[in-house]
Amino acid sequence: MSARIIIDVQSVPRLAPHIRLRFDKVRECWTIQAPERSFVLDVPAHAIVSRCDGNASADTIVNDLCAAFVGAPREIIEKDVLALLQDFVDKGVMLA
Amino acid sequence: MTAIEPPMALLAELTHRCPLQCPYCSNPLHLERPAGELNTAEWLRVIRQAAEIGCMQVHFSGGEPLVRPDVEKLVAGAVEAGLYTNLITSAVTLDRERLQSLVDAGLEHVQVSFQDSTPPGGDRIAGYRNAHAKKISAAQRVREAGLPLTANFVVHRQNLHHLEDMLELAVSIGARRAEIANVQYYGWALRNRAALMPSRAQIDEMSGTVAAAREKYQGVLVIDYVVPDYYAQYPKPCMGGWGRRFINVSPSGKVLPCHAAETIAGLFFDSVRDRSLEDIWSSSDAFNRFRGTAWMPEPCKSCARREIDWGGCRCQAFAVTGDAASTDPACSLSAAHENLVAAATQEAGAFLDDFVYRRFRSSGR
Repeated sequence: MSARIIIDVQSVPRLAPHIRLRFDKVRECWTIQAPERSFVLDVPAHAIVSRCDGNASADTIVNDLCAAFVGAPREIIEKDVLALLQDFVDKGVMLA
Repeated sequence: MTAIEPPMALLAELTHRCPLQCPYCSNPLHLERPAGELNTAEWLRVIRQAAEIGCMQVHFSGGEPLVRPDVEKLVAGAVEAGLYTNLITSAVTLDRERLQSLVDAGLEHVQVSFQDSTPPGGDRIAGYRNAHAKKISAAQRVREAGLPLTANFVVHRQNLHHLEDMLELAVSIGARRAEIANVQYYGWALRNRAALMPSRAQIDEMSGTVAAAREKYQGVLVIDYVVPDYYAQYPKPCMGGWGRRFINVSPSGKVLPCHAAETIAGLFFDSVRDRSLEDIWSSSDAFNRFRGTAWMPEPCKSCARREIDWGGCRCQAFAVTGDAASTDPACSLSAAHENLVAAATQEAGAFLDDFVYRRFRSSGR
């Protein structure tokens, strides 16, 4: 049995095989298409997921987001990023 | 009335033909003959229209979709249209070559049905020799091909004692997702209700078993659980609400709000041969009949949960009360609830385990 992946700042997240990040033209929003479920991403969620390229660590992604969303406290961004990644990893949508 | 939202997913029931004979099959009692099935070009048109009106995913189902030789073409057409593709299969005929051609066409996910955790139970319930072993081999091939896998288990009185083993089986074959779906009682399952209805003790145990497994397999296996609604306090939000999320096309092209909707007498279902999907989704009588909350009777109309469960299941309401617009009798607030549960409990206690198998010759026509 494969073990649960636990996300920390060192983790390097990416979408799992055959999971798609897609822009939905009808709803005009970003989505993740996964087995028998769709996730509609709001702007912050898309900002995180779109940076998960299999090269950037969670820490790098947080730094990048701090630069992109000036004024938001780093600790809050880090908490949000780690929580979102853990949720998607637990759902089998992402690997790290 | 609020604006009609676009559908999330197309359920494409390619055929009612199937090598298995599961006694709870969700297909109608009147099975569609092969001559009436949509052809490849018709299905490709339906798939393109589904993508245009907002569907994000297509689920190829049946019957057994692999009975049709053109599934690869339909998968390729769906990928081209931008839909996420899912094959829902019994998998007993899914050999290496077929799987590879589906992968080459762009298939993204496979759901394999299992009837039990062991060969004797699985083969008996499916009414097909060696079904269980074939399914396990096919599921392993799906994982070897690198595709995500869901293991589907329809549960009832005659396999619920294996619930933990089913989830362990799902993990052992590399499934990342499992569906534990209690039988829904209309069509074939209603005919077999006495053989399928769980006992109260099984029901009481089931939710605890699922909760414990969710904890045990957190991050390893996602478990989607369809509750046994006869014994529930409130009904399930069937299909996420009538005409809200799903659009189901039958083998002959009838467009249905759910796969069982044809069991409701007095509703007319338009065909993709006569009207576009967009037209049917937004303006057909069948889709608008039970959409939203305006159609609801009391106690639904003033219920605080009316936009949570959307009145439950119309097919079940019709099957039990004869009126599709009545409150789902699975709801404890329905006048028919008490009698329904009493009848079901009595049937479960009689231990009549013989099935009426789902076959064309025992089909109603």
